[in-house]
Amino acid sequence: MNDATMKPPLAARREIPHVVSPGLWTLAWRRLVSDSVAMVSLAIVVAFVLLMAASGLGVIAADWAREVGVNYAPPTFVGPDAAPAAPGAPGRAGEPAAPAGPTPGSAFDSTVVDPIGDVLAELKAEAKGKAEAPPAPGGFVDPLADVMKEIDAAKAAPPEGKSVDPLADVMKDIEAGRGAKEPAAAPAATERRATLPFGADKWGRDVIAKTIKGSETSIFVGLAAALVATFIGTVLGAVAGYYGRWVDDTLNWFYSIFSSIPYLLLILAVAAVLQHKGTMTIVFILGLTGWTGVFRLIRAEYLKHKGREYVQAADAIGASNARRMFRHIFPNVSHVVLVQMSILVVAFIKSEVILSYLGFGVPVDVVSWGSMLNEAQNELLLGKWWQLAAAGGTMAVLVTAFSLFTDALRDALDPKLKGTTGQ
Amino acid sequence: MWAYVIRRLWQMIPTIVGVVLLVFVLFNLFGGDPAYVLAGKISNPEQIDNIRRQLGVDQPYYVQLGIFFKQILTADFGASWSTNEPVSHILATRLGPSLTVLVPLLVLETLIAIGLALAVAYVRGSLTDRMVMIVCTVGLSVSILVYIIVFQYVFAYQLGWFPVQGWGNDFRENLVRYASLPILILLVVSIAPNLRLYRTFVLDEINQDYVRTARAKGLSENRIMWVHVLRNASIPMITHVMAALPGLLIGAFLVERFFSIPGIGREVILAVERSDFPVIKALTVYVAIATMVANLAADPHVQGRRPAGAAQMSALFDPHPGCAGRPQRGGRR
Repeated sequence: MNDATMKPPLAARREIPHVVSPGLWTLAWRRLVSDSVAMVSLAIVVAFVLLMAASGLGVIAADWAREVGVNYAPPTFVGPDAAPAAPGAPGRAGEPAAPAGPTPGSAFDSTVVDPIGDVLAELKAEAKGKAEAPPAPGGFVDPLADVMKEIDAAKAAPPEGKSVDPLADVMKDIEAGRGAKEPAAAPAATERRATLPFGADKWGRDVIAKTIKGSETSIFVGLAAALVATFIGTVLGAVAGYYGRWVDDTLNWFYSIFSSIPYLLLILAVAAVLQHKGTMTIVFILGLTGWTGVFRLIRAEYLKHKGREYVQAADAIGASNARRMFRHIFPNVSHVVLVQMSILVVAFIKSEVILSYLGFGVPVDVVSWGSMLNEAQNELLLGKWWQLAAAGGTMAVLVTAFSLFTDALRDALDPKLKGTTGQ
Repeated sequence: MWAYVIRRLWQMIPTIVGVVLLVFVLFNLFGGDPAYVLAGKISNPEQIDNIRRQLGVDQPYYVQLGIFFKQILTADFGASWSTNEPVSHILATRLGPSLTVLVPLLVLETLIAIGLALAVAYVRGSLTDRMVMIVCTVGLSVSILVYIIVFQYVFAYQLGWFPVQGWGNDFRENLVRYASLPILILLVVSIAPNLRLYRTFVLDEINQDYVRTARAKGLSENRIMWVHVLRNASIPMITHVMAALPGLLIGAFLVERFFSIPGIGREVILAVERSDFPVIKALTVYVAIATMVANLAADPHVQGRRPAGAAQMSALFDPHPGCAGRPQRGGRR
């Protein structure tokens, strides 16, 4: 630019179009890029959204419902037949089972010739489950060792099929000990693995695939509901703030009605009425009840903007009301909309999890983080912590990343606010 | 001030009417025929007709609406559909357990959050401050369900420090024995967002001129923080606490469910599970009214305090719970 000023005026005039001062979005993006926390969290959020898209298209985790492992198969890194435990794996205090097992597990898995291999694998998983379950705290009898011995004995004995006495005894013993009814040794044709990378649920479904599928549901609900709520809030807020008078009064009345009923109570009331369950139903419920915050802010913005000169100028050149509202004013308030939407996504993901947990959310055949937590609650009492950890941990990572990104986004779009925290 | 209160109460009436209308439209228009819900799957037409007559759903809508308004005014919602218990009795008996959990929670949470906020804001920008804020952000991100499940498992089931669940008839036993773990969980969950919010309130004050003046006078840092700063920062804090009150009532409903505490929140969930419309309708209307009253009490005008200039407009128009911090920031925008 300094060069330009030194050149003759004609050249300078030609130069001017090249010097485009950066707009709000360019500036905001630059601020965002310079913020490393924002970039990391953005990367995580994008990764999750890609995961959701891939899972939705059936590229990954399409066969999440397939029962690949034995029931409650533990994660590989805690399993007795595990390769060296992964460093930093969340081990439980008082984990007795890990070092036990004189025979390496790979022997079981690979010996397809072994007629009782399946039963053995299952037994081992059962025993593992028993060891993991919290019996009388303190006195750990290490049931695994016994079972192992018997398994070895059984293996040494001639393979007479599944009616061999010691096995049946052990089986009964274990079942009685667990007190849970087992599907009678489901003789699935495919071999079921004793451990899975992050364990299996009650029916032996891979927890990782399930978590991915659950992420798809929860993130989709969060994003879609946020879109619906932001749309409703923005349109109503724009109309109320722009037209004022009786329109404003009426919409404010609506606003005060919806905002005077505590949010979760309103959601539950709508959920009680809408008996039909489905993913779109919950999007509808959340979107229809969650627009009030957007409405309040957008209405205030439109009140502020409608008297500005540029709007008067638009009026003077004959722009219609709708055009002034959405072509002229809207770009100037869109950063507020974006931040609000980002806040809503997090709020809705949390709400969806709670609703699905309570059984008012997604239908039973759809897996979401909430329904996973619901299952995990009972599993935890048996000592099966992995589903809880997977669902809770994944959600925490996403929500943390999304909240940090929202904060950074707001700071980038409105640097004056930096330092103040939203709710 | 009283003129203002009366004006606000007067302004509340259209909103209350609106809430009643909303609930009516939801349950009586969209809710499906309650007779089918009640009669279950095996029922003959006579039975359904009988039930319809009993409930008054065979009447035209305006008559039903009239009945609903009368029910609200007389607090007589008839009997619950599933247990036949009078709804008013349900409301009256469920309030006590909820308050047993909520009042100590509110007191403890406010005290702890304010104390921590003052401390954290005092060392603002330091490593401690940033660490606390990071912990808060992460802590906020973990679902409340995970906290409840893990805490119940670890402290009640494994360590046996608290009963896993239950509720007695003795107030002191309830408070000390049964309510303490729920209160602890809710404390953990609710301190994080409040600490973040209160910290900004304190930060808004800590750079003001009067703080510098107080320092120049040679006052001790303790006195400056606890007397001068706190007194000014407490205005938005009290507003926030009051406005968050009804939200707490419902916010505790998960805890009530997990720990089998017979409170309002558990009743809501049970009612939704059983499609028990009278109970949900009554609870929704009354909680909404309670929210409005709490918001009125949260209004700095009503408390006889002078809010900072910019807050005035917003205070008139901001009944949204949880957003009480907005006026100050809204003014700056």
